[in-house]
Amino acid sequence: MQASDFKSDQYVRFCPGCGDHAICMALQKAMAQIGIPTHQVAVISGIGCSSRMPHYLNTYGFNTIHGRGGAVATGVKTSHPELTVWQMSGDGDCLAIGGNHFIHEIRRNVDLNVCMFNNRIYGLTKGQYSPTSPKGFVSKSSPFGTVERPFVPAQLILGAGGTFFARTLDVDMPTTVDCMVAAQQHKGCSIVECLVNCVIFNNGTHAWIADREQRAEHSIILRHGEKMIFGANKDKGLAVEIDPQTFVPKMIVVPADDPRVLTHDATQPDPTLHRLLALMGQARFVNVNAEVDDELPVALGVIRNVEAETYDVAVNRQIDEVHEKAKAKTFDELTATLESWTM
Amino acid sequence: MKNIVVRFCGDSGDGMQLTGNLFSSLSAILGHEISTLPDFPAEIRAPQGTLGGVSGFQVELGSEVYTPGDKADVIVAMNAAALKVCTLGSHFNHPNAHFDDEFSLYHRHAIVIVDTDSLTDKDLEKAQYHTQNPFEELGIPESVQIVPVALTTLTKEALKDSGLDNKSMLKSRNMFALGLICWLFDEPMDEAIHLLEDKFKKKPALIAPNTKVMVDGYNYGNNLALSINQIRLDGQPKEAHGTYTSIAGNKATAWGLIAAAEKAGKHLFLGSYPITPATDIMHELAGRKDMNVMVVQAEDEIAGVCTAIGAAFAGDLACTSTSGPGLSLKSEAIGLAVMAELPLVVIDVQRGGPSTGLPTKTEQTDLLQALYGRNGECPAVVIAASTSANCFDFAYEACRLALENMTPVILLTDTYLANGTALWRIPKIAELPAIKPQSVPEELKGRFNPALRDARGVRYWAFPGMEGYEHRNIGLERDAEKGTISTNPENHERMVRARQAKIAQVADSIPALQVIKPSGDSRQLSDTLLVGWGSTEGHLHAAANELGCDLAQFNYILPLPKNTHEVLSAYKRIIVCELNTGQFAAYLRAQFPDLKIEQYNEIQGQPFAVERIVNYASK
Repeated sequence: MQASDFKSDQYVRFCPGCGDHAICMALQKAMAQIGIPTHQVAVISGIGCSSRMPHYLNTYGFNTIHGRGGAVATGVKTSHPELTVWQMSGDGDCLAIGGNHFIHEIRRNVDLNVCMFNNRIYGLTKGQYSPTSPKGFVSKSSPFGTVERPFVPAQLILGAGGTFFARTLDVDMPTTVDCMVAAQQHKGCSIVECLVNCVIFNNGTHAWIADREQRAEHSIILRHGEKMIFGANKDKGLAVEIDPQTFVPKMIVVPADDPRVLTHDATQPDPTLHRLLALMGQARFVNVNAEVDDELPVALGVIRNVEAETYDVAVNRQIDEVHEKAKAKTFDELTATLESWTM
Repeated sequence: MKNIVVRFCGDSGDGMQLTGNLFSSLSAILGHEISTLPDFPAEIRAPQGTLGGVSGFQVELGSEVYTPGDKADVIVAMNAAALKVCTLGSHFNHPNAHFDDEFSLYHRHAIVIVDTDSLTDKDLEKAQYHTQNPFEELGIPESVQIVPVALTTLTKEALKDSGLDNKSMLKSRNMFALGLICWLFDEPMDEAIHLLEDKFKKKPALIAPNTKVMVDGYNYGNNLALSINQIRLDGQPKEAHGTYTSIAGNKATAWGLIAAAEKAGKHLFLGSYPITPATDIMHELAGRKDMNVMVVQAEDEIAGVCTAIGAAFAGDLACTSTSGPGLSLKSEAIGLAVMAELPLVVIDVQRGGPSTGLPTKTEQTDLLQALYGRNGECPAVVIAASTSANCFDFAYEACRLALENMTPVILLTDTYLANGTALWRIPKIAELPAIKPQSVPEELKGRFNPALRDARGVRYWAFPGMEGYEHRNIGLERDAEKGTISTNPENHERMVRARQAKIAQVADSIPALQVIKPSGDSRQLSDTLLVGWGSTEGHLHAAANELGCDLAQFNYILPLPKNTHEVLSAYKRIIVCELNTGQFAAYLRAQFPDLKIEQYNEIQGQPFAVERIVNYASK
């Protein structure tokens, strides 16, 4: 299948220069690569710039209400596990108004592919701070800077028992496509945090890693089974160091040929190391005044990818088992089991 | 005697609901009509023996039963607190209150069976008596026949060889009372024992001791010839021939959904979140995996309705169940289902409001919320069940209307219907009305969009999995032709009217309004029409019989039956009776400004008292 098979006839209305254009194209490419026919795919969204995505995909789509995409998607997938279900959502839709549905779809491990577009701003309502805006961020609704701590999405996802977490960048098409394909292949709730630029209200929010000249030094693309090496000259590696006093582990940068360089294991059930990896470089996005002097890169790619039973499979299997064993399987047979009498 | 009202009353741990249910089922099996009213406190377990912990169960049985009865003819009071609450009714907390014909839960000629072992000084203190003579203190009239029975002692005596500990023995006191009541009504023990065995089939160890206590209770009445006469009910039930069972409203609702799914050939999906008094619908359906029912206990009310909307989008018969506060939370999502034109059944088991209000009490105060409680011009079908048994029929009907008309349908029931039980004639699936879910014509393959409608104005239904019908559905306004997002002004008005017209045409497929004529000979108030909707049918029917006037009871509210104006305008006096401040009356006035509509309302969290309606209407 071709990416064009997944393009709808709708004119794409994201702002010129918006990172969502790239995610849209990556999604069409990924869907073509996955090869599931358009009628077997349902793309569910809430409200926000990201939630316009279903309109541009030639699959079944449902652009619902603010924050509720996750609950609607849970209903689609649970009732029809044979379908491939995607959820398009933003940092506001997922982490603010829809936060409850978001943590519960992760907790239940519903087999959904969730693209969470994180631009650290509310774009569609024209520029208010979001739950991922750094502390001190000045926006229309925080003219003196926010006083709130933001979410680091990875923390929330791993805390809710997430089985799949990937992070990608709008300007890195190959990694984005890879993450989306991996999300679909993973059975369970797969979250892909797409770092996107809002050219109008929060331009350059990811510049530290998005700028072409800096990207290789400031980010690392993790690949399962490969050594954690990064840098323009592939000369740096990642290792773990445990503080002898506090026993707190932390990531450190070492030369690429250092024997301590870790090999990425996305399938490790224990999330400790995944959390350390996912939190690298996040301090810069937590507080506008943060003075971060470490050299840790932001982790991109599939950080966590573990197997666990999915809700949709478990609930359908339970129904099948009970139905199979039941003596009464129809309404008339069911009413025949009642204590009844004839008049 | 034609009809009689019995009330079991005790501590919430005394098993009054079980006793009442067993007695009601037994009465129904013996051919009586029944109507029941469980009346329990909101607290799961209030301190034992206190006034706040009194739990009651009232049943009317006989041959023409419309309600659980205003006041009891027979009271079983398991302790001092129960005696007080039954005697003083809602005034039980008033200092120095006495028996009062208006407030007492029983008549002044009633039989009051009371456990004398539970009237110790300590019991009286817990129930806030000031003297040691509760009967005198409560001012119970001499016409009331008090039957003192040492229930606790007799139960212990019955179980002395059972090997049970004291606490377990005391738990069986209710069965002694049940046996005694069975004797009073001359109900045969073998049938009662059969019922008991069925009830405890999962705990077989409890069958023998409970049976022993119940039979001893029966024999106590029989052998010792209590100073009361047995009561014999005469008259034949008016119900049609058929196979019957007794069923509670919530269970009937759940089964209506199951039957509709089977008839429609759809999977049944329920997304729900626990809320009193609706939760039993979810409990029942969660246990019906044998019928392939899918239940998602969602993370909140909003997710309950949204998972259902997802299932509807994917082609299922999708439902959500809730009560008033939950309906508030679901409002936006119901709007989405209106906009996306998806079939969705929303069951609102109304309770006392506003806010958390009176969670365990009954009220009809969500009508306007169901009709109008959403942003924008947002019409949905609204129907109401009117007996515990016809919760089945209207749940079924809600599914039929939703699937055939691609719309949310809000079904209103309430605490009274949900927890009350009634006789239900068990239907066969073949005799239920056909359900033809909206589909999509083959010729639209490859050029489908979600704005395409049939001649009735109902949009076609295609869902994921169907090749060639891929489309994008939205909560945004859509273009009336292309189905894509549109902000065009004329298009918006056209779409608003199209959604309204779709709901209006539902009137073509619902039955006409039938006036209920009084059953007696009296036609004293032939110019008067009592009007009600939903769960007040029994009380209004009984009142109409006494008054000799006609009754119009509405089950279809939006749209109204087509002949509504024709029916109503034939009467000089129209009295709309509701358990709210006049919501249906206001709705009717808005529809029919030419009619003079009078209203009678009670808002006490309780079903109507027939007597008060009669008093009002005969003025």
